[in-house]
Order: sequence, then structure tokens, then C-alpha cells
Amino acid sequence: MRGLSELTKTSIKLYIREPIAAFFTLAFPTMLILIFGAMYGNDPSPIFGGLGSMDVSMPAYSALILGTIGLLSVPITTAGYRQQGVLRRFRATPMRPLTYIASDLLTNLAMTILGMALLFTVGWLLYRVQFDGNILLLLFAVILSGLAMSSMGYLIASIASGARVAQVIGMVIFYPMMFLSGAGMPIEFLPPSLQRVSDFLPLTYVARLLRGLWFGEPFVDHLFEVAVLAGILVVFGGAAARYFRWE
Amino acid sequence: MAPVLEVTDLVKCYGDLRAVDGVTFTVDEGEIFGMVGPNGAGKTTTIECLEGVRQPDGGRVSVYGKDPYEERRTVMERIGIQLQESDLPSRLRVREALNLFASFYAESVDPDILLERMGLQEKAKSPVSKLSGGQKQRLFIALALINRPEVVFLDELTTGLDPQARRSMWDLVREIRDQGSTVFLTTHYMEEAERLCDRVAIMDHGQLVALDSPRVLIRDLGIERRVSFYPLNGSKDLGFEALAGVELVERRQDRVIVSGSGKRFISRVVNALEDSGIDFDDLRTEQPNLEDVFLSLTGRAVRE
Repeated sequence: MRGLSELTKTSIKLYIREPIAAFFTLAFPTMLILIFGAMYGNDPSPIFGGLGSMDVSMPAYSALILGTIGLLSVPITTAGYRQQGVLRRFRATPMRPLTYIASDLLTNLAMTILGMALLFTVGWLLYRVQFDGNILLLLFAVILSGLAMSSMGYLIASIASGARVAQVIGMVIFYPMMFLSGAGMPIEFLPPSLQRVSDFLPLTYVARLLRGLWFGEPFVDHLFEVAVLAGILVVFGGAAARYFRWE
Repeated sequence: MAPVLEVTDLVKCYGDLRAVDGVTFTVDEGEIFGMVGPNGAGKTTTIECLEGVRQPDGGRVSVYGKDPYEERRTVMERIGIQLQESDLPSRLRVREALNLFASFYAESVDPDILLERMGLQEKAKSPVSKLSGGQKQRLFIALALINRPEVVFLDELTTGLDPQARRSMWDLVREIRDQGSTVFLTTHYMEEAERLCDRVAIMDHGQLVALDSPRVLIRDLGIERRVSFYPLNGSKDLGFEALAGVELVERRQDRVIVSGSGKRFISRVVNALEDSGIDFDDLRTEQPNLEDVFLSLTGRAVRE
């Protein structure tokens, strides 16, 4: 347990010291609030069922953070650590492999929550954005989404030869999803044909689940999203466990 | 006393290549045991099988009677490892690295004591990426010592270091042994093995070709020694040919070179030289070394 807490503490410090990762997780979503807030404001709009543009951006950008961490940070860091020999060095200690994975997941959960807290703080200070949901259900959704996105990230890391390849694969998967899933911009802005494409994108289910729970919709209305994310976790997590390499 | 490390008929293959091909030896407590040989001889594969980071394809390795691969966590608590190809996150700081690795073990040494021993106190807050080659290597040794290990494995510890840093590493290795650990190291520097190790295993093409103390290996070689000097007055016949053990006396550009073999060859020649009363300059003796042992056993130099 001491290993897990020390490794997690250290990983969080390292995450924050990595300027690019820290920017995309912490600063970028907040920056979007400032830019799109200035453009659209947060007046109630019929497009969003009476909510403001900034209100719906809160869960959307939260999904964006989850996608960034799972599909970019996880593969880049994991493949990089393997390539550099960091994983090899960790393996030459009594630390269990599971401790490493658990610590990585905890680190990423902490960074997600930090990013969301920052996002909400700015949103609330500038636009008095609303949160109408149950915080525990939201936390559950964040954890499930984080695990699902990270399992995809670990699989990318496992099949990529190195950090650069992992980064390219992660970006190819992530960027289209950012625009088409409702995480980067409201799904309502997309033409119906593209909205149908979004049904096939994993991040869409993160965005839908978070948005529903953020505004207090009943949990049972979102069991489909939960099931899809759990399925992604099982399939990709299983494949990642099968193909994961320490060196 | 039971040996600390036991290797019996160890085999490890990579595809068609038998990287380690039936190697057997033991290492006793308190030894500095060195494994030498050219790159690709199977040194790193052998050490990594002993460390439990690689699984043997055949034979047996044991550390204190335990299989390091099957009982990885138990064995890892008792050994310290410096790997040849490994790294730390570049933004990790020196003291953080020590604290982190200390947390992986049930028992650990105070990181500050290790920082001082390795001369890294002033670098405690430096990121790993800002360390020099020697400093980084000292940090890796510190990590290998963090659990007060009974056996320390050092793989190509001094490769890439300048001569001065290499020498200070040797002192460090002796110190590790003097504090009670057994040391298993690999190197492709013959001089390093000769100066540092109590016993040396010479590897070539995955096989053990010789194993003994450097002194015995060199002695058993029966290779010739040389005494050479520069006579200052005249070039009369000095009569060295008559001395026991002398095989050849030759002159090269005014230098006299006496070659031969035998236990007291050198002192015999030097005494005869003194007794002859001639004035001489620049007396040199050439002793065979481990490099010669390797050459004679394998027919080629270590670094080709």
C-alpha cells in the first residue's frame, strides 16, 4: 500500500510537471470556456432545452478531459515508459504489476477530477453554470468512463512500438471523436447525418452519460451508455491485458 | 556454507540463437564475482535470469535457494539491481526517485544516507534528465542499494563512463562488498574485472570458457612475460640467454627485450641486469593480463 500511495503521489507530480499533458487536461477545457463563453454567453436557449451553452459545456468538456487523458496521456506515457526502460526498472523491484496499473488509474482519476474542478470553478465564477445531478452518480460515471477510455489507451500503448506511434494512433482516434461525440462541441450543432456517425464513437457515450447525470436525469435512462462503456472496458481491457508488454 | 547464487545448465534462447548455452557456476557470499566477455556473449542474459526479470528456457538458477522468476517478490526483497538498459521518468527528481523506490520494499535505507554515500546530496532536487552519465549511474546504484540488499547485481556498470568516473565506481563496488553484500557484475572491460573481482567467469558465445580468480587465470595461461630496458653504454652481450626461463633476447631500436616465462622470471632478469653493472634506463616489465587470457582461450580480442 505504501508503494501504491508513493507511486501515485509521484505520478501526479510528474503529470503536472509535463507542460503539454497539464495544458490539455487542465488549461485547454478552461480556455474553451473563456472563448466559447465570450462567443455564445450562457443565456437559456431552446436548442439546449432551456439550458445555456456554457451549462451544457460543463459535462461536455468533462468528457473531453476523460478522452484526452485516456486516449492521449495513457498511451503516450505508457509507451514512453516502456520505450525508455522505466517499466523495466519498476519490474526489477518487488512492486506488483497491478500496483503500477492501479496507481496509473488513480493518478488519471485525480487529474480528471482536478481538471473538472477547475472547469466548474471558472464556469461558475463567470457564468453561474448549473449542476443539478447527484455527485456520487457523476463520480461513478467519471470512474467508469475513465476506465473505459484508459483501457483503449493501454491497448494503443501495447500495440504501438513507441511513444511517437502511440501519440499518432491516439490522435487519429481522439480528434475526430472530439468534434463528433458532443465532447468538444454540442452535438446539437451537428447535421443529422453526422449525429448518426457519433453513435459509433466511444466518447459519445461518455458525453451522453455525463450530460444526463449532470442535469439530474434518472440513472435508469442511461443504462445503455453504462452498458456500452462497461463493454468497451471489458473488451479493450481484456485485449490490453493480453498484449501489454513491460519491455 | 551454501552458495548465494547457483546456476546449473542454464539455457536461454532468442529464436534460433542460444544466447546462453548450458552455463553452470556458483557464487559465494561476500565475493565480487565478475562475468566478462564481448557483447553478445550472454552476460546480460545470464544476469537477468538471476535477477528474475527473464525466464530461463532450460536449467536452473537460484538465489539463496529460491527460483528468482517463480518467487520474484520474495527474491526481489533481498537483491539490488542495476539494469543495463533502463531509465527513470526524465522529470523525476533524485530524492523523489529514492523515496519512490524505498516505498516498494518492506525495509529500506534512509535515502539521505545513500545520497551522501553516492555524493549526490547537491543533486537531490535535480531532475534525472539533468544528471551527468556518472551521476545517473550513481543514482542507479543508490536505487540498487535502497533495500540494503544481500546480493547486488551490476550490469555493465561503467560502460560509457570516463576513466576517472570508472575508477570511483570501482571504489564504490568494493565499498558495497565491504559493507557485507555479495556483488555480481558484468563488464566487457578486462582491466576492470582483473582489478575488481575476486573471481571471474569468462563467457564466449553463450558458454563459460573459464572461471577462477584473475591471478590463477593469468598464471595458468603460462604466457610469456617481458622485461625491456635501454642500455646506456655499449651493446655488449649480457648473457641473459643463459638464465633459467629465458626464451628470447632481442634488440629493437637499441632496446633490449628479454622474453620468457616461469614464476620468478622477472626478478631473475632484473637481478642479472643489476649484477652485470651496466647502466640502463627506462626499465619496463610486461605481464600478461586477462585480455591475454581471453585472447588465448577464444583466439580473438574482446573488442574487435
